[in-house]
Amino acid sequence: MIKINDLHKSYKMGSSSLHVLKGINLDIEDGELVAIMGSSGSGKSTLLNILGMLDVLDEGTYELDSVLIEDLDETKAAKYRNKFLGFIFQSFNLINYKTALENVSLPLYYQGVNRKERQEKALRYLSSVGLADWATHLPSELSGGQKQRVAIARAMASEPKLLLADEPTGALDTTTSYEVMDLIQKINQEGKTILVVTHEEDIAQMCKRIVRLKDGVIVEDTKVDQVLAAQYVQ
Amino acid sequence: MFNRDRWQEIFETIRKNKLRTFLSGFTVALGILIFIILFGFGNGLKNTFKEFFLDDATNTLYLFAGSTSKPYRGFKANRRIEFENSDLKDIKENFSFFLEYITPRISRGASVRYKNEFDNYTTRAVGPDHQYAEKTIIMKGRYINELDVKNKSKHAVIGRLVALDLFKQEDPIGKFIDVGSSVFKVVGVFQDDGGDNEERFIYIPYTTRQSLEKGNDKLDQIIVAFRPELGHAGALAFEKELRSYLKDKKSIAPSDPRGIFIRNVADQLKQNQQFANVLQLIVTFVGLGTLIAGIIGISNIMVFVVKERTKELGIRKALGATPKSVIQMILQESIFITTISGFVGMAIGVLILNNMGESLEDYFIKNPYIDIETALFSTLILILFGGIAGYVPAKRAASIKPIVALRDE
Repeated sequence: MIKINDLHKSYKMGSSSLHVLKGINLDIEDGELVAIMGSSGSGKSTLLNILGMLDVLDEGTYELDSVLIEDLDETKAAKYRNKFLGFIFQSFNLINYKTALENVSLPLYYQGVNRKERQEKALRYLSSVGLADWATHLPSELSGGQKQRVAIARAMASEPKLLLADEPTGALDTTTSYEVMDLIQKINQEGKTILVVTHEEDIAQMCKRIVRLKDGVIVEDTKVDQVLAAQYVQ
Repeated sequence: MFNRDRWQEIFETIRKNKLRTFLSGFTVALGILIFIILFGFGNGLKNTFKEFFLDDATNTLYLFAGSTSKPYRGFKANRRIEFENSDLKDIKENFSFFLEYITPRISRGASVRYKNEFDNYTTRAVGPDHQYAEKTIIMKGRYINELDVKNKSKHAVIGRLVALDLFKQEDPIGKFIDVGSSVFKVVGVFQDDGGDNEERFIYIPYTTRQSLEKGNDKLDQIIVAFRPELGHAGALAFEKELRSYLKDKKSIAPSDPRGIFIRNVADQLKQNQQFANVLQLIVTFVGLGTLIAGIIGISNIMVFVVKERTKELGIRKALGATPKSVIQMILQESIFITTISGFVGMAIGVLILNNMGESLEDYFIKNPYIDIETALFSTLILILFGGIAGYVPAKRAASIKPIVALRDE
């Protein structure tokens, strides 16, 4: 699914430049659930942004679903994002004046799906995260866990090849975190490839593989015995 | 542009962001409203000005006689000069090339009576051509004619307000009025755009007035109209020649500044037109200023709106919105709002101007109006610049990396 070869990325900070990623090599297969761990400043978010085409790489190659991602201008990046990727953010990033249903149907709007089909599909994904009854509510009327589930439904709605989650449980309490991880595990079991950036050990243990980053290089890459979140959820 | 889905998305955004929509719409509507009203007021001011100063014929010279200030040809200084009927004849003969018409004027106050109604009015004893000099408009009957002058007939043409005062609803034509101690027959009623005072005059033949004053042939004033083709320079040359001719005839020293006075309406007209041009300039300047202020207002609102939406735009981009679709969305929304509110503001402005009518006449604003071309043009300009003002921040927002936009809290 993902093939990264000798990836480098640095940021200009005034006159000096900050070398954030120093040669990353990473292969991720279809259907994997990978946790990317590291302390802050390790480069894990930068890696995720490059994978999500929200940022561009300086050196190296990035292949997604056998498509070489290069020469990204904004228009091309937008099309790839819409076709390949679903995002889940720490701060949910729902549009606050749109209802849950409208938020979920937004990626479909940019795919050019017609209105009726959009509504049906969005409602289906909203039901799959257990929020069908909340379809007409605004984000401000939802709890943190509900917001993140709406965000997950929105990420799923465009039927992406890859889900990218940036600290998906960072703004949630433990119980809610496990509920969200349970949902992510279930989506993974259905065959979706998912990348989770986190700094919480227990969340990482719920994935199938942990990649640890330190100072811009991969220091550890191990398969783990997945802890099922369902056992913590009533 | 005609994508139904995109319009639905825009209407939804508008509906759910009422305050933002109201703010930008209000700015546009207010801008165009103020522009239209100020421009209309300016036009009203111009109307008043025209009525005050541009009422009489503009190709005329007014000749007055006074006292000399220098001795000449054996005459002492301080001699009183008077015009006579022979002056009329001489000017006609010597200046026929320049002349369009000539008429004398003798003004006298008189108590005028019809049955039990009476009041004091000014009578003007004139020739038939006086009608053109004052641009008098005949409502009923006729003006003084050559026959009246020749026969020294006691015929009078009275102003609209004189008729109203003395005759009320009665038809004055053919009725007899007492002017001073003699009886005149009313042969006409006139109106004049120069205002109420102009409509309180009574016109009679100048020969009649002279015979009433013991048969003299003195004239107060001579009004000479030159051919308009002469232009301003020709008029000045004519004035100069006429002055030296009359000075010679009346034995006034050529260097004497007194004795004969000539008021050239062409000179006055030029000054008045310069004043009117300055007025027009001020009106245009004020209008332009308001329009620019409106455009700046819209630009500010647009920058604010786009800034407020930065994060939303970042989310949209993360979900697959292309920069083009982002710009299109913002532009379409802003042009839609500006168009609707622009035309609403324009309609309200035009409506206010229309209903104002004469109510501000005391403040020298008469019939304020704006022509539909100017109104439409300025509205379109405002919409166009509203679009440009929206495009610049929209383009910037569309080119921000989504990762930066998402970080924006």
